[in-house]
Amino acid sequence: MKSVFVYCEVENKKIAEISLEILSAAKKLAQKLGCPLEAMVFGENLSEVKSQVSKYGVDKIYIADDKRLEPFRTLPHAAIAKEILKKQDPQIVLFGATSVGRDLAPRMASILNCGLTADCTILDIGDHFVKKEKKEYKNLLYAIRPAFGGSIMANIINWDMHPQMATVREGVMKKEIFDVDYVTEVENINVDKILNEEDFVVKIIERHIEESDVNLKDATIIVAGGYGVGSEENFKHLRELANVLGGEVGGSRAAVDAGYIKHNRQIGQTGTTVRPKLYIAAGISGAIQHTAGMQDASMIISINKDPEAPINKLADYVITGDLVEVIPKMIKYYKKNAK
Amino acid sequence: MRPLKIIVLAKQVPDTRHVGSDAMKPDGTVNRVKLSTVFNPDDLHALELALNIKDRVPGTEVTILTMGPPKAADIIREGYYRGADKGFMISDRRFGGADTLATSYTLAKGIEKLAPFDLILGGRQAIDGDTAQVGPQCAEKLKIPQITYAEEILELKETEIIARRRLEKGIEVVSSTYPCLITVHGSSPECRRRQAKKVMKYKYARTQTELSSRNIDELFIKLNKERPYLNIPEWNVEDLNADITRIGLAGSPTKVKSVNSIVLTATETKHLTDSDADIEQMIKELIIHHTIG
Repeated sequence: MKSVFVYCEVENKKIAEISLEILSAAKKLAQKLGCPLEAMVFGENLSEVKSQVSKYGVDKIYIADDKRLEPFRTLPHAAIAKEILKKQDPQIVLFGATSVGRDLAPRMASILNCGLTADCTILDIGDHFVKKEKKEYKNLLYAIRPAFGGSIMANIINWDMHPQMATVREGVMKKEIFDVDYVTEVENINVDKILNEEDFVVKIIERHIEESDVNLKDATIIVAGGYGVGSEENFKHLRELANVLGGEVGGSRAAVDAGYIKHNRQIGQTGTTVRPKLYIAAGISGAIQHTAGMQDASMIISINKDPEAPINKLADYVITGDLVEVIPKMIKYYKKNAK
Repeated sequence: MRPLKIIVLAKQVPDTRHVGSDAMKPDGTVNRVKLSTVFNPDDLHALELALNIKDRVPGTEVTILTMGPPKAADIIREGYYRGADKGFMISDRRFGGADTLATSYTLAKGIEKLAPFDLILGGRQAIDGDTAQVGPQCAEKLKIPQITYAEEILELKETEIIARRRLEKGIEVVSSTYPCLITVHGSSPECRRRQAKKVMKYKYARTQTELSSRNIDELFIKLNKERPYLNIPEWNVEDLNADITRIGLAGSPTKVKSVNSIVLTATETKHLTDSDADIEQMIKELIIHHTIG
């Protein structure tokens, strides 16, 4: 049975979080299909990557270890992936919807002349009846993604040109260990046989990657502000509340666009998807672009002057009032009542 | 530095940033008719980057290439108003319904007609799909390297171009040989405004399709005859010598199975005022339930 394949990103010997998320989701697809889960990883000093991915249920990993393969460059990675995918002929290939995956996957789709669905948030397996052909296609990939600025969810399928490819949004799939003792077969790729000079016409001259100082994804409490916060100055109330509760501060796209808060704290479809225990939305109206990234929070409190704010429909508690007054009161009563 | 030949890929898109409630049909699909159309924002950034290169390297030629229905000729005119030198339009019903694979095939056929070229520029992504796929797919079809998410051209040398890329968590400075395809990030400079002179010069520019529409003013026909530069060339399937199985719906592997509008799920909501009593009560409940504390 043809496999499900995942392109894993690696930096400094470590498989990227997004790739582990996708492996977890891909394992479920592979189980539904009753097929192997395979992965490929290209970079430098990769002796430890097998042990990082095994427990996610990877049956086989293809490793290309060469100093020219890190940091990522499109052409050499595409050339190696092409060799592997042409030979293994998987039914599904998944990439992260990251700056690497969104660069490489479309190039691969063009090379393999197949379909590609961007930025999926749900993956599933299902059937489809094609009326024209009067034929039922079994076990297709359902690549489900938000479309039209997030106002709709579209289920995209591809029954006639294989493999079926998709990029998967970061922070959406849950990382889940499949079996700590899972045995993964390794195949090392001889890159010298594949690569030639022309694959290296793009050269990296300089590179600055900031380790992010925020970790919204893992925060159990998030205090987020929207355009309704009114100013950068007013965000101090949110920071103080987050501080007291041991949470992180986030913002809607409107708050980021207005310059109230930094881009790396943006929550929503174009930012980070979060699922904390408690989400406090202050001055956020609740555009679908935003709620798509936070609606799985266990508990939601909305603080808004507008009693009709759309986000209130999602909220467990709605406080109608000015956040500048409400938040200090929350801090006060938390300090008074918490042990 | 020798003058460069630059092709800018630009798309007319529905303005999804302003989707009102009337833009959604009851079945949850988008009513495109209700949405106004705009020059795709990232493509405007790409145009600016091209015009900036033209400022730096005299003699550089900027050509706009767009694909779309007859109305998309607006994109060519807008390009002229802001400083583009030439514009070409790919338009044919048979190209309709294309996904990114079929679109990139079609655009690549158009680009080949405009060869030779040094640079292809396009926006990182279009707001009606947000896929960011067409750029890299075009590059592959043309067998040229790609630089994605560029925000500034740092240097133009005889044999290579140096650009800064905006990544999720940082930046990267890369060089590439010519020709190459560059997708432009929204963090690059905004596009310059229209120039009044150019608007005067090009406002009568029309495609043949537009000129043959029933309600066209005679003046347009007359001026387009007198001033050939006003004529916006249009290419159909035959002009591009395109393989009919690789364009439009037939050439598109991805199909929409179903579409659901996102409905906010209602939970049992407690409505509170901003009074001290209400807020203290809520905090107490949260502590009891171990949500906080």
